[in-house]
Amino acid sequence: MSGLSIKGLRAAHGRNEILTGVDLTVEDGALACVLGPSGCGKSTLLRVIAGFHPAAEGEVTLGGRLLDDGRRRLPAEHRRIGYVPQDGALFPHLTVAGNIGFGLPRGRRRERVAELLALVGLDGLAKRHPHELSGGQQQRVALARALATEPELLLLDEPFAALDAALRTDLRAEVAATLRRAGATAILVTHDQEEALSFADTIAVLHAGRTAQQAAPQHLYREPADTAIARFLGEANLIPATVADGKAETVFGTLPLTTARNGKGDGVVLLRPRQLRLHATPAPGAVRARVQTCRFRGHDHRVELLPADSPNGLPATLIAYTDAPWPTGEVYVEARGAVHVVEGP
Amino acid sequence: MSTLRSPGRPSPLLRWRAAGLLPAAAFAVVAAVASPLVFVGVQAAQAGWDQAHRLFGRPLVATLLWNTATLALAVTFATAVLGFGAAYLVERTGLPGRRWWTVALALPLAVPEFVRGYSWVSLTGSVRGYWGAVLVMTCSLYPLVFLPVAATLRRADTAAEEVSRSLGRGPFATLWRVTLPLTRPALAGGALLVSLYLLGEYGAFAMLRFTTFATAIFSQYKLGFDAASAALLTLVLVALALLLVLLEATTGRRGRTVRRATAGRRATPARLGRWTLPALASLTALVATALGVPVYALGYWLVRGSSTTLPQASVLTAALTTLGYAAAAALVATAAAVPVALYAWRRDSRLARAAERAAYLPRALPGIAVALAVVYFAIRYAQPLYQQPPMLVAGYAVLYFPLALTAVRAALAQVPPGVEEVARSLGTRPVAVLARITLPLVLPGLGAAAAMVALTASTELTATLLLRPTGTETLATRFWTYTSGLAYGAAAPYAALMVVLSVPPVLLLTRRTLGADPRTETTR
Repeated sequence: MSGLSIKGLRAAHGRNEILTGVDLTVEDGALACVLGPSGCGKSTLLRVIAGFHPAAEGEVTLGGRLLDDGRRRLPAEHRRIGYVPQDGALFPHLTVAGNIGFGLPRGRRRERVAELLALVGLDGLAKRHPHELSGGQQQRVALARALATEPELLLLDEPFAALDAALRTDLRAEVAATLRRAGATAILVTHDQEEALSFADTIAVLHAGRTAQQAAPQHLYREPADTAIARFLGEANLIPATVADGKAETVFGTLPLTTARNGKGDGVVLLRPRQLRLHATPAPGAVRARVQTCRFRGHDHRVELLPADSPNGLPATLIAYTDAPWPTGEVYVEARGAVHVVEGP
Repeated sequence: MSTLRSPGRPSPLLRWRAAGLLPAAAFAVVAAVASPLVFVGVQAAQAGWDQAHRLFGRPLVATLLWNTATLALAVTFATAVLGFGAAYLVERTGLPGRRWWTVALALPLAVPEFVRGYSWVSLTGSVRGYWGAVLVMTCSLYPLVFLPVAATLRRADTAAEEVSRSLGRGPFATLWRVTLPLTRPALAGGALLVSLYLLGEYGAFAMLRFTTFATAIFSQYKLGFDAASAALLTLVLVALALLLVLLEATTGRRGRTVRRATAGRRATPARLGRWTLPALASLTALVATALGVPVYALGYWLVRGSSTTLPQASVLTAALTTLGYAAAAALVATAAAVPVALYAWRRDSRLARAAERAAYLPRALPGIAVALAVVYFAIRYAQPLYQQPPMLVAGYAVLYFPLALTAVRAALAQVPPGVEEVARSLGTRPVAVLARITLPLVLPGLGAAAAMVALTASTELTATLLLRPTGTETLATRFWTYTSGLAYGAAAPYAALMVVLSVPPVLLLTRRTLGADPRTETTR
C-alpha cells in the first residue's frame, strides 16, 4: 500500500487535546487539502505528519513505513517529507541557490538547483538573498527547496495566506500545476474553502480535532455529510423536507435526491444559492418572498430573500446568486436540480 | 518521475526520540547561576541562632535598614522624575537636537558609580554622607529610567493622547492622566533596576562614607574576617532584593498593554514655545552635573597628576589583565546563555518559561552576594580553586549571565520561525541544523553579547576586590588602591580608561532599547 494513511490519530499540547480522532488517506501523486476553521488542529496535524509534534495515539504511515504510532517516532529528518510553512521560512543567511540546495548532497547541487529554478520560474535569481525577493518569489523558493530532495510527500501550511488576493490565486494555480508536473503527493492546509475547492483532488474537513468528512471537492460541495460542513464550504439554504422513495417533498415541490436513499421520514436538504431561480411573476412550485438586499459582486448578484410566510420552518432568509440584479420587492423563488439530504432518515 | 521517491535509499530504522540534551544543559546552567542564593543561605545557617540573635540585636542592622530605605526612596523618586521628564522632553516635544540629547542623557551610564563618587570627592569635600549619596547615585542611575520610558513613548500609539486632547483635556492634564499611566510599566521596571543597583553598590558609598548593607558586609568580611556575620547580612540584603522584584512584579505589570504605533506614524511633537529655553536649561544642567562633572574631574586630575603618576606600563598591564578576565567571563557567560536561550526560544512551554525566568535571578543579586557565594563555594567544595583565576571568572560569569542571556535572546528573535524545522524536514540532523542554520544566524548577536559582557565586566569593583587572585590588579582595583590612599592624580588614568571602555556598551544599550523591546536590560 502506498501514499499517506492516518488512522485514529490523537495528539495533545500539554493537557490540551488538539486532535481527537483524525483519519486521512492520500493516494500517491494526489493533491489533498485539509480544510477547517482556525483552531481546529490543522497545523498540529501537519506538524505530526512532518515529525515536529508527537502523536499520542493512532497510526501515521507513508508508503507503508510507520512514521508515528504514539510510541515509536521516526525523526523528522528521516521521513522524506517536505515542508513549506506559512511565511516560507527561507534561511536568511543563504542565497536562493543555497536555500534550494540545502538538503542536497554537495555534488548534485548545481545541476538540481538549476532544474528547480526553472521549474518554479525563477531562472537568474540564484544569487539573490531572501530579503531581495518579493513575497510570491519567496514562496516559490520555499517550494523549490522542499521539492529539491524529492520528498515522498509535501506539506504546505497555508503557504498563500500572507499574499494579496490576486497573487494568491495566480500562485495557487501555478503551484498546483508545478506539483502535478513533478508528480508530487502533497497536502495543503487552509481555512479558505475556495482555495481548497480549487486546489485539491481530495479534501478532508477537520472539525474540532477530528475528520468530519473526506471526499473529492465536487462531491464534498454537493453532498456534505452534515449541516456544519454544508455551511462551511459555502452559503447554504437548508430546507426542511420529507424524504421518501428517492425524492424530497419540500415547499418548492418534489425534488430529486442526489443519491438514492432507503430511509423515509422528515429531514433537511441542501439547496446551494445557484439552485434558486427568481421570477417576477408566480410560477408553478415557486415560493413567494421579498427581496431584502441585492449586492453586486462582479461575477453575479447575491440576493437575500425573506420568504413571505414561513411554512414548515423555512429558514428566515434564503440566499440566491443571480446574473441579473433584483430590485427590492416581491419575487417568486423556484428551486432547480437535485437536493442532498444533510440531516434526516 | 512518477513519484518523488528515489528508490535506492533505504528507510532508516524507527528510533526513539533523541534524549533531551538541550533541556538538560539549560537546567544545569539555570541551577548554576541560581546557586549563589543557596550558598548564601547555607553559609548564614552556619552562623547559628546565637550569633544571628546578637547581630540583629545590635543597632547596626536597624541603622543599615534605615540608611538603605531612605536612600532608596529618595534616589528612586529623583531618578523617576528626572528620567520621565527627560524622556518626555526628548520623545514628545519639539526640543531642538533631540537625537543628540538622547545620547547625551544616556551617556552618564558609562561612568561607573565609584568613579563618579571619586570625581565629586576629589573636587570638593562637601559631597559626603546621605545627600552626597543621593546626588551621586541619582546622577548615575536616572538613565535606567530614562531609557525604558523613552522607548515606551517612542513606540506607543499616540491615539490615546490625541483622544484625550479631543475630549477637552489640556496638555498637562493629558500628560498626567494619559501619558504617565502609559509609561507606568517602564517606570516601574526602571525604578526596580535603580533600587537593585542601590542595594548592591559598594565603591561609591565607601568613598562617600555612607554606610549601607553592601559596605557593612564588605567590612565585616574583609576587615573583621567575620564570614558568618557577613553571610547573615547578605541574606537580609538578598531578601530585600527579592522583595523588590516581587513588588515590581505585582504593581508594575498592571495595564501592560501598550499599543504599538502603526508603521511610520510618530507623535506630532508638542510645541514648547516659551518653554523651550527653560527645557533646554534644565537638560543642560542635568547633563552638566551627570556627565560634565566627572569629565571635568578626570581631565583635571589627568593634567594635574601626570607629573606625579606612575609609569604608563602599570596602566597597560592592568588594562590587559582586566580585558583578559573580562573576555574569559564573556565567553563563559555567552556560551552558558546559548542553551537556556535556545531552549526557551524553541519551546514555549511553561517549564521553559520558568527556566528562563529563573535564569534572570542573578540580576536581583547584589554583586557582593554573588562574590561571597563564590568564595564560600570555593572554600568548601573546590579548595584548589580558592584565590585562583577561575574563581573571578566564575563570579563575573554569574553576575553578567542575565546580560548575556538578554543579548542572545535578542539575537535568536531575529531568526525567522520555522527555519530549523524546515532544515530538519530536508533531512538534516539536529546537530547539523544547529551548525548550518541556527548558529550562523545568531553569530553576530553572540559576538555583540560577548562584547557587551566583557566591556561591562571590565569596570566591576566589588566582586573583583573579593574574588581576585592575590597580586592580580585590574583597572578597578588599582584605581581603588590609589583613591583609598587619596592619590587622586594617580587614580585618574585608570578611571578614564574605565569610562572609555564603558561607552560602547552604553551606546549599544541605548540603540537596542530605543530600537527594540521597551523592557530594558542592565549593565551593572
